Amino acid sequence: MENLLVAENIYKRFGGYTALNNVSITIPKGSVFGLLGPNGAGKTTFIRIINQITMPDEGKVYLDGKPLHPEDIRHIGYLPEERGLYKSMKVGEQAMYLARLKGLSKAEAKERLKYWFKKLDITDWWDKKIQELSKGMAQKVQFVITVLHDPKLLIFDEPFSGFDPVNASIIKREILELKEKGATILFSTHRMESVEELCDYMALINKSNKLLDGKVSEIKKEYKSNTFEVGLESENETALLAELQEKFKVGKAQFKSINDDLKVSIQLQPHENPNDLIQYLLNRAKINHFVEVIPSVNDIFIKTVTHNA
Amino acid sequence: MRSLKLIIQREYLARVRNKTFIIMTFLSPIILVGMFALIAYLSMLNSSEQHIIGFHDETGLFLKEFQDDENLQYLDFSAKSLDEAKKIVRENEYYGLIHIPDADNNYDLTGKVQFFGEESPGLGTVQNIEKIISNKLQRNELIERGIDVAQIDSAKTSVDVQIQNFSGETTSKMANYLRMFFGGAAGYLLMMFIIIYGNMVMRSVIEEKTNRIIEIIVSSVRPIQLMLGKVIGTSLAGITQFTVWVILGGILYTLAGLYFGVDLMNAQPGQVEVEQLNIPEVNQLVTDVLNLPIFSLIVYFLIYFLGGYFLYSAIYASIGAAVDSETDTQQFMLPVILPLMLGIYVGFFAVIENPHGTISTIFSMIPLTSPIVMLMRIPFGVPWWEISLSILILLCTNTAVVWLAAKIYRVGILMYGKKASYKEIYKWLKY
Repeated sequence: MENLLVAENIYKRFGGYTALNNVSITIPKGSVFGLLGPNGAGKTTFIRIINQITMPDEGKVYLDGKPLHPEDIRHIGYLPEERGLYKSMKVGEQAMYLARLKGLSKAEAKERLKYWFKKLDITDWWDKKIQELSKGMAQKVQFVITVLHDPKLLIFDEPFSGFDPVNASIIKREILELKEKGATILFSTHRMESVEELCDYMALINKSNKLLDGKVSEIKKEYKSNTFEVGLESENETALLAELQEKFKVGKAQFKSINDDLKVSIQLQPHENPNDLIQYLLNRAKINHFVEVIPSVNDIFIKTVTHNA
Repeated sequence: MRSLKLIIQREYLARVRNKTFIIMTFLSPIILVGMFALIAYLSMLNSSEQHIIGFHDETGLFLKEFQDDENLQYLDFSAKSLDEAKKIVRENEYYGLIHIPDADNNYDLTGKVQFFGEESPGLGTVQNIEKIISNKLQRNELIERGIDVAQIDSAKTSVDVQIQNFSGETTSKMANYLRMFFGGAAGYLLMMFIIIYGNMVMRSVIEEKTNRIIEIIVSSVRPIQLMLGKVIGTSLAGITQFTVWVILGGILYTLAGLYFGVDLMNAQPGQVEVEQLNIPEVNQLVTDVLNLPIFSLIVYFLIYFLGGYFLYSAIYASIGAAVDSETDTQQFMLPVILPLMLGIYVGFFAVIENPHGTISTIFSMIPLTSPIVMLMRIPFGVPWWEISLSILILLCTNTAVVWLAAKIYRVGILMYGKKASYKEIYKWLKY
């Protein structure tokens, strides 16, 4: 798969403070890429480097195989975390202004704005001033401005903060639609569940260093511990539990179930096969529940960050 | 380039469409004229008030000397005792009482004359009284020494020096006052413009920063483009305002011309002869105004406005970028206001005293003060090479300052919540 964005060995220092320490990230074309990290990890600095707002001290960034060039800002749409608009300017007017700053002609900008305003059902806001809109409404306008010039790379920094659930799902739908149309999307967030849901790839940054990156499914495979959650129905639960504890590494498990089961988690040795476990359990109890425990991104995140601390 | 044009356009419209701007553009000339009228009226009112002063003259020499005029009325209490006179003056709330004690000779009196009053008298009044008494004493002394006073009176002459430059143009002293007035007004206006428009730039930077629109914009354009666009767009608004004022002034000028019955618009400077009027002072005044290099003053005003404004607004922009809110700007304002004030003071003291003296010349070269000081000097005639040199220095400094300011701006606009200090800003220069 071709890569849209390649950042190689990026260093950025502010005075004595190192904001990015040898960070390399590769974003495949057409993917949804999650850039994760706690606040202050260096995510925003990295995004600013891609946007050419700040220059790296060392390292190179390539967009579509070519070194990043000032003209490339036209191919990038950026929705910053800290976002605002001119308060006393009319919505339509400033949308036009920002669109034209991205290189669209006046007619083009107008046509596309009309299309998007209609699509998000905000046409009657055109002549309103931003100060008359709520925060969520202003966010919609910002979203339109970000995607308006049909960028190859869309960067969303905490896109869902400030949206109510209805609008958040509208925006999520639009983002996925843009992906289907071929855009590559970079999410920067510290909210793991949104990565879980949307991202194909991810990178984890903590304290200026990249801790891990790759395909989300592969990372999860790497981090899974061959553990299974089991719900068992048996006449003598205590005896069964004692037997299991003797043979396997057994832990407590919590999951929803309509049955009054014995709920346990069983961790197998890396070479062991879950089929053998099922075979073993079949003769001893009724299996109501059998699920492999897949580590959540949150678990991976916490595990990696604490491990590296 | 295209983005820069867009930014200039937006910034210009944002300034010009502002209601305050529109109102101030049309209202300030009226306010200014009104203020002058008010000051003139008040000072007239002040001096038209007549004071009553009593005098108690024990020498009997001055009875005829205290003549009533429009400001002062004198009452003679010499017949009464001093204490009685004081009582009457106090009871009637007169302005004061002059007491001239008896004396052996003219010199004896010099330090003995007293003035009693509820409040201390105005300086003019005291000087007036002193003049009257000393004149009388001087005359007395002359007579006593046997000198014919009538001879001295007839020998008195009044001299009015005619000022002429080497090319033979006659000017009056009035013209010098006019030069001071126009130079001073231009310098002062320039300072006001720099402060007002510099502040606009600063506020607009802070607005973008607190609005957080800045990140959206700098992902589309380079910060220096945004800063330059802002500075240029705002300067155009300033020029618009100035143009409106010049046009309004022109209309006023024409109206004044119609009032005086002369066609001022078609008159050639230096050749104006106002025959129709019989008031020579007015004739001379009109001629002097027309002889002033008003056109070149306007042109130089624009040049120095742009030069000075760019210099200062770049600094203002970097201050705006460094802080999080307008209240934090205080600590950085002093270095901006100080040179401007210095320019004004040098202009009002040194230039008016001696337009081509060393201090005036030096300060009209230093870029931070040159726009104001040079503008004040120009009506007095400054050699072209001095003006060119001062403009050249100003341009070079501008380039350097804009470059430095852009560096601070670039870092500052993306810094939130960090308390900016001079030390911190110095560090930003090296990022």
